[in-house]
Amino acid sequence: MAKLVIDNVDLFYHRVQALRGLTLEVNEGEIVALLGNNGAGKTSTLSMLSGLYRPKSGTVTWGDRDLTTMQPWDIVEAKLLHVPEGRRIFSTMTVHENLQLGGYLVDDQKLVDERIERAYELMPRLRERRNQEGGTLSGGEQQMAAIGRALVGGPKLLLLDEPSMGLAPLIVKQVMEIIKEVQAQGTTVLLVEQNARAALRIADRGYVIESGTVTMEGAASDLRTNSKVIDAYLGA
Amino acid sequence: MTQLIWNGLFVGSFYALVAIGYSMVYGIIKLLNFAHGDVYMLGSFTGFLLLGSVSGLLGTWSLPVLLLVLLLSMLFTGTIGVIIEKVAYRPLRSSPRLAVLITAVGMSFVLEYGIRQIFGPSPRVFPVRLAGDPIFFLDARITLPQIVLMVIAAALMYFLQRYVMKSREGRAMRSIALDTQASLLMGVNVNKVISRTFFIGSALAGAAGVMAGAYYGSIDFLMGFIIGLKAFTAAVIGGIGNLYGAMLGGLVLGLLESFGTNWLGGQWRDVFAFACLIAFLSFKPTGLLGERVSERM
Ligand SMILES: Nc1ncnc2c1ncn2[C@@H]1O[C@H](COP(=O)(O)OP(=O)(O)OP(=O)(O)O)[C@@H](O)[C@H]1O
Ligand SMILES: [Mg+2]
Repeated sequence: MAKLVIDNVDLFYHRVQALRGLTLEVNEGEIVALLGNNGAGKTSTLSMLSGLYRPKSGTVTWGDRDLTTMQPWDIVEAKLLHVPEGRRIFSTMTVHENLQLGGYLVDDQKLVDERIERAYELMPRLRERRNQEGGTLSGGEQQMAAIGRALVGGPKLLLLDEPSMGLAPLIVKQVMEIIKEVQAQGTTVLLVEQNARAALRIADRGYVIESGTVTMEGAASDLRTNSKVIDAYLGA
Repeated sequence: MTQLIWNGLFVGSFYALVAIGYSMVYGIIKLLNFAHGDVYMLGSFTGFLLLGSVSGLLGTWSLPVLLLVLLLSMLFTGTIGVIIEKVAYRPLRSSPRLAVLITAVGMSFVLEYGIRQIFGPSPRVFPVRLAGDPIFFLDARITLPQIVLMVIAAALMYFLQRYVMKSREGRAMRSIALDTQASLLMGVNVNKVISRTFFIGSALAGAAGVMAGAYYGSIDFLMGFIIGLKAFTAAVIGGIGNLYGAMLGGLVLGLLESFGTNWLGGQWRDVFAFACLIAFLSFKPTGLLGERVSERM
């Protein structure tokens, strides 16, 4: 079983400390929500997992892999994919090209085409827009393209950074359903969200982090009814 | 008139070949590689050495031998380009841009005076001179070698375009130009792709160098300086960072020069070219095809 374990991690950007003794786990097959306010360290956590930044101390393992020593491309090769904050769609490339890039490390071109086809089935809007430039898509469409692009990489573990950001409630619901479907097809998901309500609805478990440290954790159903979470993240 | 157009397109295709490397490298790591023109010079000298060593075969076999030499020189200059990036630019990738720019100028001197040390300061005569009987087409005087060189240049650019626009590696190249961090998340090994970009750009510059040697007949260690500036001009005219822009810019610059010198006289050729550069930098810095700011390849 490939379990993701982040243990007592400190992460710095020069002198700014973003993570302080962060400790959390994601079991295979789960959707785990990672909640927290602006600047709490959610994006930093994901960037560290994809090898963009190295922790100063602590360990990060995924199954028997030590993620802190791997290059970003080796991490993708190991099937850990990251849908970044703000989607980061390649703006002057078509939707189809964006999806193809998700399969950059997949040598079997037929498999790439199959996965692109599956992404189109999951998100038919993308098929309609396949020859449109990524930069001209609506926010919701860009989010779908970003998720689809990661799916073409065939993720075993999918990191999602605020997929609901800037989307209308109806689209948020659609995106959450897509994530649920991705889990159902066998992918483990670590879901970063500020929209705690939407995230906890589909998550199995959740963590709340503040200033780079976990302050609450538990089953999603417990967090949903926890008064502190309700006050801080779910509104009145 | 047709003569002026033909001459412009012919010289322009050399400019285009060199401008492509300039532009691709800028697109992908935002570096103005001032040593790029010297890679062209290096191509000439490589061709000079290789052709000198097979001089017995020249004459009847000139053209096929020249093509083979062209290919080998491209491999060589391509490799040199990769090495230059690795030793001179890569260690400075997160340094201020000015530091890298100065390193590029230094690299240019290293190549120029390295070659001067080996071959001496005076011009060398290229072993093959592609001259031939002219044919006349719509009043323009065209020689067979010119046509051959144009065809080679066009073929190289065609394959490059296919590669960049249609292949997996080409997509990765474009993705880095657009968003390096996002392409890391796609699993793109940025170091490899940057190396490959330097290889391709330097190989094309080397090809242009061999072709120029064979066409003009004389080469020297400073020949890369002016062409480097011209290629930069061409890249700016087309829209720096843009692949089609580099090709178009090369041809446009060739034509501008051809017509400009016809009106002003040959001695004004370079002045005119750089006046065009300044005009573009001040009035249309994005170049002809660079209107979309985010498009960099
Ligand atoms: N590249 C960086 N350089 C310097 N400091 C950074 C960098 N990225 C993040 N930080 C700092 O690290 C801290 C954590 O940032 P992070 O982006 O991880 O927060 P976040 O939880 O994702 O916030 P948000 O919800 O606003 O996206 C912040 O104080 C931020 O200013
Ligand atoms: Mg964030």
